[in-house]
Amino acid sequence: MFKKSMIPLALVAIIAVLSLLVAGCGEKADSKELKIGANFEMTGGVATFGQSAVNGIKLAFKEANTGGGILGKQLSLVVADNKSEASEAVNAATKLITQDKVKAVLGPVTSSNTLAQSKIAHENKVPFITPTGTNPKITVDGGKVQDFAFRACFIDPFQGTVMANFASKSLKAKTAAVYIDNSSDYAKGLAEFFEKAFVAAGGQIVSKEAYLAKEQDFKAVLTKIKATNPEVIFIPGYYQEVGMIAKQARELGITVPLLGGDGWDSPKLVEIAGAAALNNGYFSNHYSSEDKDPRVVKFVEAYRKEYNQSPDALAALGYDAAVMLIDAIKRANSDDPVKIKEALAQTQNLQGVSGVITLNAEHDPVKSAVVIELKDGKQVFREKVNP
Amino acid sequence: MELNSFAQQLVQQLINGVSLGSIYSLIALGYTMVYGIIRLINFAHGDIYMLGAYVGFFCTSILGLSFFPALLAAMAVAAVTGIVIERLAYRPLRHAPKIAVLITAIGVSLLLEYGGILAVTPQPRTFPAVFPARIYTFGGIVVNSQQIVILAVALALMVLLTYIVQRTKIGRAMRAVSYDTDAARLMGINVDQVISFTFGIGSGLAAAAGVLVGIYYNSIDPLMGIMPGLKAFVAAVLGGIGIIPGAMLGGVIMGVVEALVSGFISSTFRDAAAFAILIAILLFKPSGLLGKNIREKV
Amino acid sequence: MRIQTKTDLASLACGLTLYALLEGLILADIIPPYWQLNVIRVCIYIILATSLNLINGITGQFSIGHAGFMAIGAYMSAIMTVKLGLPFLVAILTGGLAAALLGFLIGLPTLRLSGDYLAIATLGLGEIIRITILNISYVGGASGFMGIPKYTNFTWAFLLMLFTLFFIKNFVNSTHGRACIAIRENEIAAEAMGVNTTKYKVLAFTIGAAFAGVAGALFSHNFYMAHPTSFTFMQSFDILTMVVLGGLGSMTGSIVGVIALTGISAYMADYPEIRMIIYALLLIVLMLFRPQGLFGSKEISLRIFSRLTGGERRGAAQGN
Repeated sequence: MFKKSMIPLALVAIIAVLSLLVAGCGEKADSKELKIGANFEMTGGVATFGQSAVNGIKLAFKEANTGGGILGKQLSLVVADNKSEASEAVNAATKLITQDKVKAVLGPVTSSNTLAQSKIAHENKVPFITPTGTNPKITVDGGKVQDFAFRACFIDPFQGTVMANFASKSLKAKTAAVYIDNSSDYAKGLAEFFEKAFVAAGGQIVSKEAYLAKEQDFKAVLTKIKATNPEVIFIPGYYQEVGMIAKQARELGITVPLLGGDGWDSPKLVEIAGAAALNNGYFSNHYSSEDKDPRVVKFVEAYRKEYNQSPDALAALGYDAAVMLIDAIKRANSDDPVKIKEALAQTQNLQGVSGVITLNAEHDPVKSAVVIELKDGKQVFREKVNP
Repeated sequence: MELNSFAQQLVQQLINGVSLGSIYSLIALGYTMVYGIIRLINFAHGDIYMLGAYVGFFCTSILGLSFFPALLAAMAVAAVTGIVIERLAYRPLRHAPKIAVLITAIGVSLLLEYGGILAVTPQPRTFPAVFPARIYTFGGIVVNSQQIVILAVALALMVLLTYIVQRTKIGRAMRAVSYDTDAARLMGINVDQVISFTFGIGSGLAAAAGVLVGIYYNSIDPLMGIMPGLKAFVAAVLGGIGIIPGAMLGGVIMGVVEALVSGFISSTFRDAAAFAILIAILLFKPSGLLGKNIREKV
Repeated sequence: MRIQTKTDLASLACGLTLYALLEGLILADIIPPYWQLNVIRVCIYIILATSLNLINGITGQFSIGHAGFMAIGAYMSAIMTVKLGLPFLVAILTGGLAAALLGFLIGLPTLRLSGDYLAIATLGLGEIIRITILNISYVGGASGFMGIPKYTNFTWAFLLMLFTLFFIKNFVNSTHGRACIAIRENEIAAEAMGVNTTKYKVLAFTIGAAFAGVAGALFSHNFYMAHPTSFTFMQSFDILTMVVLGGLGSMTGSIVGVIALTGISAYMADYPEIRMIIYALLLIVLMLFRPQGLFGSKEISLRIFSRLTGGERRGAAQGN
């Protein structure tokens, strides 16, 4: 019944491959443009973050282009969607690097997608900067610095440790509960190092719970956490879920301090949770958006004007990743990917909106962190921690 | 853990579960009606729920409407959308293989999700405070007035639906179509109209759920419908598909199981537990808790 | 029987020629790396789609949890190569066997269900598999299983695809396959005719799961990592869409479905904002105009071509 079915299959496949070939041959280099790739989570589970970061990057590119571009060329951003999935991140990176022949890649947002992209970038010797991939393995794997990998954000150990020290020293907490976003390796990484540092400082983790992104009801777990009477709760997630968690925690009568990381940084956090629920909430961040630093003010204003919404941490880091890249291309005075990479490795004292960026030998930014307290919905600077 | 605090925690978890379950119930009611009448797993149902939440959001925040007008507007818009979707995407496939309709439903669902992302950005939105949340505490047990409102609305809608289906003319027609479409047509029932009506009601219910959830959790985004939609379907199957009190019961059971699993076992396995219960029910009583077993005849 | 063997050989020769041609193009660097990746992807998805077609199209059992079996294959094979240092072939076999075993264990009870109930049960099982993996830190949990070597290349993917196609084709043409088709057409009648329906449903389900496991093994060794987000129910839907688009019960249809959807997805990569919207519209429109899929349950046949060339006119491939 299926006799000969393989022969037509062969024909179909040949036609398909030929059409793919034709599609692959339409490359033309435009010397007026400097192509930069953006491999981001435009659709799928974490599309919110991917689109925020891309907005930040586009803003930085627009500013650079209206200022006359760099090396006499206009920056053009080629966005590829990785559908919030590691295998698609490989696909998107391959397309950007081999097909669009971009000079450098920005993104992706999540550590796992970034790690998936890393191999392709190294095989083709094209540098990439992840705005938000916090896993230490991205830049240093097996004790070896990954030549073409850079990041614009903290690494997990730093933020986790900062908050653990804050909890045990400044808040004098002896017991803590950890409530993490189980679908995010960022949250897991932060929690891991928080735990280590908190226990090392003589504290005790009394409860470890997890949720999945996009959940809405956290009361069951919060009830369980409440029964263990922790002195602080560490919630290293993103603002949407954290907002709901804070709201529901306070409703259930949990009054202890809530702690978190830079994923909290968004005006949405206060909108979702309500200002009162966030009193006694602290998070670590790169900068404070209440910061009167003119650069921050300018960025927030320009972003509002462009997108009609307030920037979150992801937009700020996307912007900074783009600023790092533009700065490196200028210093390299070349659009050769290897030269860009060398210039990137020497990034020093670069003013970004998330602070002054200096890359260390491991390609990680050395930025001081600030601990911010939320008071009636306002961010109040609490303390500054140097790395 | 001492007994007293255990009991307190158990009661609190039951309350949490029932309040979560009443949301599943609201969505499941619409699911079960649509499935009951044309045997279609309408994957777009969860996205209609999202649509309802957004209409409610724009009505309250931009048009400044108060709660009830916004709720009605959301239900009306969703009902119309549901009818249009049925008319354009499902009706032409009435006699096509079931799986083709299912793929179409997946297509409609993706269209609503990503159309939503394009139209309103993927950033979450927050509802203005349209009705106040009061918190009652009874000896350490906490109840939020909004939880009570949601449960009451779900119950009221269930009663209303049961009334429509059991007592009104259109309800009788719906039951007839669900029982035997061809016979119903021969008896002079306008089957297409009845199906449109069912989609309208089902979508309206989903929108009501969307608005209530938006107010209760205070956060909505274009992909919010995926998981609740799936779970509501599970709830509908659990209670017995096509049976209105079954959807209610299924939703509450799902909510309570999830609360108990995350409260007393491990929060990471709560979704797995929900699906495991579903499979167990399907294996031992495929027609659902309130369903009647029907032997297939040759 | 002789004719069957002859056509089999002819098809095999054809497949190998295609392989040689493509491999030559790849070695000569005429196919750019991005499209190479897509060719491998197509091969992997053809394995997934045809194996799902065996369950859904041939046996008529509505399963939408294929991503779960794929995940088992992906993770098991990764454990073999990364943690135990075994060769890739062993890893692929283990991945396939593990998925088959799980398919058997799951299939035995759930295949008593029918229609939508089976669909929702398999969907649930797929999610349970994914959530379980998410909670096992031995394989990386939510961060994914990292550091998987890239063993999958065009040769592996294509030859395994060829093997899958031959296996499933011959299975369908065997006594067992006939029994499966009988179950699809009318389960009660099949049972009355003495077909052990449970046995054949579970058999088809197990074989389908095994090949999904093999595809999973190829998948994880192609993308350097296995991540729970790759195996959500959206992945199952994608595979199902390819099968239905090509036509349930048509092997060649599945192949065309895979190539068409992968091609569309690749071409649309430049428009991320509207990619999913166009994709969704396309799905709806295609289903509205061809609800039975592009080829129905028929196979594309060479009859048209052989008529043109005046070749032998055997009534090949009238479908089933």
